[in-house]
Amino acid sequence: MEPKILIRDLNVWYGDEHALENINVEIPPGGITAIIGPSGCGKTTLLRSINRLLEETDGIKITGQIILDGIDVYARGVDVTDVRTRVGLLAPKPFPLPMSIYDNVAYGRRIHGLQQVLDKGNGRNLDKIVERYLRAAGLWEEVQGRLEAPASRLSTGQQQRLCLARALAVEPEVLLCDEPTSALDPISAQRIEEQLRSLKEETTIVVVTHMLRQAHRLADYVIFLWMGTLVEAGPAEQVFDHPKDERTRAYLSGMIG
Amino acid sequence: MNKYKIEELFFEWLMLLSTVIVLGSLILILGTVLWRGLPALDLAMLTQIPKGGYYLGEEGGILNAIVGSLCLAGGATLLALIISLPIALYLQVYATRSRLIELIRLSLDVLWGVPSIIYGAFGFTLMILLGMRASLLGGIIALALLELPIMTRGMDEAIAMVPADLKESSYALGATRFEMAIGVMIRQALPGLLTATLLAFGRGIGDAASVLFTAGYTDRLPDSLFGPAASLPLAVFFQLGTPFPAVQQRAYASALVLTLIILAISLLSRRLAGGLTKHIIR
Repeated sequence: MEPKILIRDLNVWYGDEHALENINVEIPPGGITAIIGPSGCGKTTLLRSINRLLEETDGIKITGQIILDGIDVYARGVDVTDVRTRVGLLAPKPFPLPMSIYDNVAYGRRIHGLQQVLDKGNGRNLDKIVERYLRAAGLWEEVQGRLEAPASRLSTGQQQRLCLARALAVEPEVLLCDEPTSALDPISAQRIEEQLRSLKEETTIVVVTHMLRQAHRLADYVIFLWMGTLVEAGPAEQVFDHPKDERTRAYLSGMIG
Repeated sequence: MNKYKIEELFFEWLMLLSTVIVLGSLILILGTVLWRGLPALDLAMLTQIPKGGYYLGEEGGILNAIVGSLCLAGGATLLALIISLPIALYLQVYATRSRLIELIRLSLDVLWGVPSIIYGAFGFTLMILLGMRASLLGGIIALALLELPIMTRGMDEAIAMVPADLKESSYALGATRFEMAIGVMIRQALPGLLTATLLAFGRGIGDAASVLFTAGYTDRLPDSLFGPAASLPLAVFFQLGTPFPAVQQRAYASALVLTLIILAISLLSRRLAGGLTKHIIR
């Protein structure tokens, strides 16, 4: 099977700090890939290198290749906005845009002109799209009567599902989730996990988590990082049940990290 | 009573004293202007231009200065806004070389500190070079120069308060820098941008020195960008400078009008912006 994302010789430096060293790994299409490891091991750095959000950081240096469907996203001539349209992000803390619930979900389509292309400028169809993705994020029932209300009035759990709907509305092929439930209460967290599981058929999902139990619940495929290096990667059962590396075994059993 | 309690009490009183000094000054200023200006203020003063003998304390009003000041400060604020917002966005969104950013900010801070008479003299020199006479346009340009650093630095600070995560949310959806700046940053920073604009407007409408040479003064209403225009600060200045008590009292009335205009515009724009700020992410 062709990998969806192929990471080759990836190195990242924050100033003098070598945050990721020679990462080589494949992420298969579909399913959920969990990136696990202790705090500061480079999980988020690896995730944010995929949609090139990393390069917004001051003093960053990135070398190597990240090949999405056969094309290096860092290659010259690749449009960064195009990469970020194909690779969505769900951040740890929900940050709705300063606009209404409806406009938050419609935002991505509006800026990409997808609305005009697919809907021929018909507002009705944008309404349907907003509804579809609010349903996909499991938020529709709660907000259908107040789509024009400011997104900031929603609860934190609802805001995170709104951020999920907003990311999905652009119809990304890959969805990156950076500790997507860390700011949420257990019930909201469970809902986000359910939505991610239901999305994994058509979308390649990459989740960073420091919660091993969450990785157990969600992952089909696991990448284990340790102090900026890749220790082990493979199908979830293999990594969890028969880890090859001593450090993976120690981390999974709670002896380190 | 122990040492810490005394310290706590001392600072509590110190802060209260500072507050009283600030509030007291405001009340004293407003009180003086009201007390001395209100008796001289009448409808004629607000609705008529000076008539013959006005400067000796007779009939007529300061409509020329009211309209002139609104045109001067309004025009200057608009002009400064057109230049300031792009500078602020450039500093916060596009500029990547930190040495250049620091240089721009330093220049703006130095310009902020330049006395307004210098802007007036600079504008005047510029006008002589261009062969212009004292005019509304000249005044607008000098005032815009005066307002520019205040507005730009204010907007710079307001935009700097936009959370980095919010910018990222927009970038992560594939927005370009421009789409992020216009669609997200400006919306989120709107109250701060408005405050910066008002601050600059307040400074502009209250300034006498920079319009003294550039806009001149006239008893007529401004009717062209190229003719002279009166202004309230200069009206106050000229009226106070006369030896006649009745005219000096009109100066306080003019000052009252100036204060009321600033108050009214401040309240009005806050009211208007109220509806636009409900979406802000806190």
